Amino acid sequence: MAVTQISVFLENKSGRLAELTEILAEASINIRALSVAETVDYGVLRLIVDKPDLACERLRQAGFTITETQVLALEIPDRPGGLADVIRLLSNAGINVEYVYAFVGKAKDNAIVVLRLEEIDQAVKLLKKHGLEAVPAENIYRM
Amino acid sequence: MIYNASAECMDRKALERLQMERLQQTVKHVYENVPLYKERFDAKGITPGDIKTLEDLELLPFTVKDDLRQTYPFGMFAVSMRQVARIHASSGTTGHPIVVGYTSEDINTWAEAIARTLSAGGTTVGDIVHNAYGYGLFTGGLGIHYGAERLGAAVVPISGGQTKRQVQLLQDFGSNVICCTPSYALYIGEMAAEAELDLEKLPLRAGFFGAEPWTEAMRKTIEDCLGIEALDIYGLSEVMGPGVSYNCLLKCGLHINEDFFIPEIIDPITGKPLPPGETGELVFTTITKEAFPVIRYRTRDITSLSYEKCSCGRTFARMQRVSGRTDDMLIIRGVNIFPSQIESVLMEIEETEPHYQLIVDRQEKSLDTLEVWVEVSANIFSDEMRKLEALQKKVRHEIEALLGISVSVKLVEPRTIARSEGKAKRIIDKREI
Ligand SMILES: [Zn+2]
Repeated sequence: MAVTQISVFLENKSGRLAELTEILAEASINIRALSVAETVDYGVLRLIVDKPDLACERLRQAGFTITETQVLALEIPDRPGGLADVIRLLSNAGINVEYVYAFVGKAKDNAIVVLRLEEIDQAVKLLKKHGLEAVPAENIYRM
Repeated sequence: MIYNASAECMDRKALERLQMERLQQTVKHVYENVPLYKERFDAKGITPGDIKTLEDLELLPFTVKDDLRQTYPFGMFAVSMRQVARIHASSGTTGHPIVVGYTSEDINTWAEAIARTLSAGGTTVGDIVHNAYGYGLFTGGLGIHYGAERLGAAVVPISGGQTKRQVQLLQDFGSNVICCTPSYALYIGEMAAEAELDLEKLPLRAGFFGAEPWTEAMRKTIEDCLGIEALDIYGLSEVMGPGVSYNCLLKCGLHINEDFFIPEIIDPITGKPLPPGETGELVFTTITKEAFPVIRYRTRDITSLSYEKCSCGRTFARMQRVSGRTDDMLIIRGVNIFPSQIESVLMEIEETEPHYQLIVDRQEKSLDTLEVWVEVSANIFSDEMRKLEALQKKVRHEIEALLGISVSVKLVEPRTIARSEGKAKRIIDKREI
């Protein structure tokens, strides 16, 4: 159920992001979702791609420090408050959401968000009860 | 196990009396027999009679490596060749080698020092000691050899090289103890793994590793891969050879054979002795050696001393593992700083050899700044910003606590720090001094 996210340590200097995207393009890897968290000096780039294993291999070869994390991709109703409802639901159940970002693609009328949380299985069960479906990893990579 | 409890666990007051007596004899001996020492003492207006307490050691001049080169080959020998039983020499890649001599009594003392060392690591009569230190002009091989014999162990004088055969013999003989450099121990471990030999199943129990700098991380690797206790042994040929100091099984510093050598820690710039616990340059005065005594010999090794009694029962002072050389020292805001101190902090946190660089700069009003660049390896990387920020803070706090000056820490990408021939340049000093 969980989706593999690749996080990359990047210094805030020009050209690094371009370099990284070129490496992925050369290997015909498509970026499905992306977010950046940063301080003045450095940032963490979080990526979801269609071929995570290949992407990890190429980035490591190129000398990037990376780590893989499992995240949850979730379809939520594309309306105001849609995301807030989900977060409240999780936090009421004691599941802490580390961070969240939006997915580029869409599924029918629903938006897709990426959630980083500790207890993925527990969250999936809880959300299912409330009619919210996690998007299977294969679908995400194929989108 | 304690080989010679009456020496190694001696009451410190009695030890200091013994040191005093022996120091006076040594000072007299060098004054009368080594022209360089007589000249130096005379220049300072000191006679052997002026040395009345251990504190008076401070009055004596230092000896440095260059003194030993200038007097090549035998200028520092304090006895005639009729009394010399053996000569060793350093390999010396530049200039003259350092030549040292031993009387048969010196060789006895040395054997005693090594017997204490091996015993402190659990070696006993009946053990087989695989001695892979090089035999020859280098002090390692023969130094260990005589000590192991003194202890009553069976020595395999295999020397270095032919590693496949070494692994074979370790297995066939069922050796209990191995002596070699730490890097060679790792190599033996690799060869054994290649030969699909499980070293942990062998009777091999302990290893005595020295003659090159190594780290706690390496100790752990060796212990895991060979299934043994890895003990640190320290020495230098100018002072005697291996066995100047040694780990006990508690591995909390190296016990110095203080009835043979008086250690001091000095500020490498001012030459002033530093109080126990402070980090500085290690200096030795030999107090039993006949053929090649040295007075306040500056080792250029960086460490600190503790005089607290060890839980093993030994009262001999302990030196910390040597963490660097004085050649690498930096002075920032009047504080002496060794890159190795920062390296040890990073090593603790990263649990692996860290890649780092120190950027020293001077701002207006001549305030020096120290910036520590740390390459973010997969070991310490987290995709959560708050963990990275916490890491940065932790590194800064621990370095500041150790050095006593404020620093800034910058996390950088791997390979940011230029490496030439595999070695990274550790210091960029931008100050114009
Ligand atoms: Zn001890």
